[in-house]
Amino acid sequence: MEFLSYLISGISLGSVYAIIALGYTMVYGIAKMLNFAHGDVIMVGGYVSFCAMSYLGLPGWLSVVLAMAACTVLGVVIEGLAYKPLRQATSLAVLITAIGVSYFLQNAAQLIWGASPKGYTPLIPTTNAQGEPNALRLFDGQLSISYISLFTMGACIVIMALLTFFTGRTKLGKAMRACSEDKGAAQLMGINVNATISLTFAIGSALAAVAGGLLCSFTTSLMPTTGSMPGIKAFTAAVFGGIGSIPGAFLGGVLLGIIESLAKAYISTQLANAILFAVLIIVLLVKPSGLLGKYVPEKV
Amino acid sequence: MRKLTQKIRGLKKTTKVDFATYLGVILAFIAVTLLGRFGLLNRSLTGMLVPICAYIVMAVSLNLTVGILGELSLGHAGFMSVGAFSGVIAAQSLQGAIPSAPVRLAVAILVGAVFAAAAGFIVGVPVLRLRGDYLAIVTLAFGEIIKELINCLLVGYDSRGLHMAFNVSGSLTINDLGLEPDGMAIIKGAQGATGTTTIATFTAGFILIMITLVIVLNLVRSRAGRAIMALRDNRIAAESVGINVTKYKLMAFVTSASLAGAAGALYGLNYSNLAASKFSFDTSILVLVYVVLGGLGNMWGSIIAAAVLYILPEALREFADYRMLVYAVVLILVMLATNNDQLKALAGRILPKRKGAADNG
Repeated sequence: MEFLSYLISGISLGSVYAIIALGYTMVYGIAKMLNFAHGDVIMVGGYVSFCAMSYLGLPGWLSVVLAMAACTVLGVVIEGLAYKPLRQATSLAVLITAIGVSYFLQNAAQLIWGASPKGYTPLIPTTNAQGEPNALRLFDGQLSISYISLFTMGACIVIMALLTFFTGRTKLGKAMRACSEDKGAAQLMGINVNATISLTFAIGSALAAVAGGLLCSFTTSLMPTTGSMPGIKAFTAAVFGGIGSIPGAFLGGVLLGIIESLAKAYISTQLANAILFAVLIIVLLVKPSGLLGKYVPEKV
Repeated sequence: MRKLTQKIRGLKKTTKVDFATYLGVILAFIAVTLLGRFGLLNRSLTGMLVPICAYIVMAVSLNLTVGILGELSLGHAGFMSVGAFSGVIAAQSLQGAIPSAPVRLAVAILVGAVFAAAAGFIVGVPVLRLRGDYLAIVTLAFGEIIKELINCLLVGYDSRGLHMAFNVSGSLTINDLGLEPDGMAIIKGAQGATGTTTIATFTAGFILIMITLVIVLNLVRSRAGRAIMALRDNRIAAESVGINVTKYKLMAFVTSASLAGAAGALYGLNYSNLAASKFSFDTSILVLVYVVLGGLGNMWGSIIAAAVLYILPEALREFADYRMLVYAVVLILVMLATNNDQLKALAGRILPKRKGAADNG
């Protein structure tokens, strides 16, 4: 039973990673860049929803919608100002610019909201009005799953299904896939490449805002550096599952969450991240393009 | 004199650039030493001299991996960390055996370099099979693993020798090592190295930079260096003319790691307290920024970028809270200005043309 509860907490943490990783993987797939500022967009999303809840007194869901709107704008602005001028530049130059954006967001957040942690009220409170835990009880109360965990898992599955439908069936989604395969050919087919890339950033950033709200509901605290470690882990998850692949990001995120949770519970709290990264390395050595990644043979 | 000028003229262009680099470093060292003698350096700047030297060595060594070998490494701070802590352990435990501080420092740097080279070899053998961003994420992962492992490390020294313990459960403390009463704790888990005797000096830093430059520049200009650059430019073509991919990639990677270890040992022995969290992903990124802004494959560019960018946040003190924000904006603007074609064309019209700026280094 203990194992099951660790497993479930792992899956719900992994669902958050998966939502972040979906944003990472879409941006990588189309722009071929490691967007290191993605983790900090999560943090901004967390702060916006925090402000909406604490200062404006909005309900949780509305504050997340507000955060999504804010992050979408932020994502598109970042893309337009910092990344678009570097479309023809080397990937390393774009990477360093992304790091600059990440520094900028972290320090701007520190100036606006201060460096000390803020207490974040979970989107679904942990206890209800009667003081009972807001959780689903199974097996005579031996196993309790909080509603926020259930909600996170549900949200992750819905988001993944919507994204799969969007990229597979809709015209815009197909344009996105075309751009990620060959920008030049896509442009010749009349696809507006720049607009498509902006759209991808918008979707990725909106997902980051959702992830920000959910992540802070688990950690219940918020700092300017909140996003950086989950950002790195989600990036790891995206690579783990095969970067550029949407089911891969989902699988990678959930597996990463499970590994982290079980390693913390059974091996060592201190070494949990080390174990997680070690598993990543082993997987990449066996399957160099990730679990569900496409193997691209080199053409000479 | 005339013969000398003729000789200089007869040198290859790359050789001239190399000699200019050596000369520049020597002149900078003399200038800074003289300024220090006359008391013209303020205290914060004097305190930054050794870290600057360490970061210059880091930048030059990372440039070997990123600029010459052409592989993106995001875990360079991990090797620095290995070098720093093995160097600190060596220096602290050899206090009795080697009383002379400069000799002990040299031994510590050597130990740091050897351990980091070993780590580089262990990491390099499997990792260099991967390509591009996958390699980058794995080096990042290794950097984080090294950080967490050192966070769990307990090391002490007494008359019976070195004592080590690995604090997996998080419940051990330094007292569990069973040190004798006169023994000393060297590394205390997450607290890192404490009570280290600081023996690093600016002169030692200068010598380390010179040694690094000699090693890296000679490697780059050698037959092996040309093989490494051929791998960077076109791996398949290089392989087809019989270049041993694994051998040359490893050569560059391990050299780079060992130099980072030497820099780490120098850095570690400059502070009495040093935690493993200092060598996080952010540090790797910081060094990468130096390398990219200095110019890939351009060693003197790395040196200047490391020195200037290390001082920059300090020089921005008057902006107080805004300084890291300004730093971020400067970073983004520099990247846009140097990489955007339209902005470059604009700059080219305003500024006078630099001759041969592209093929230096």
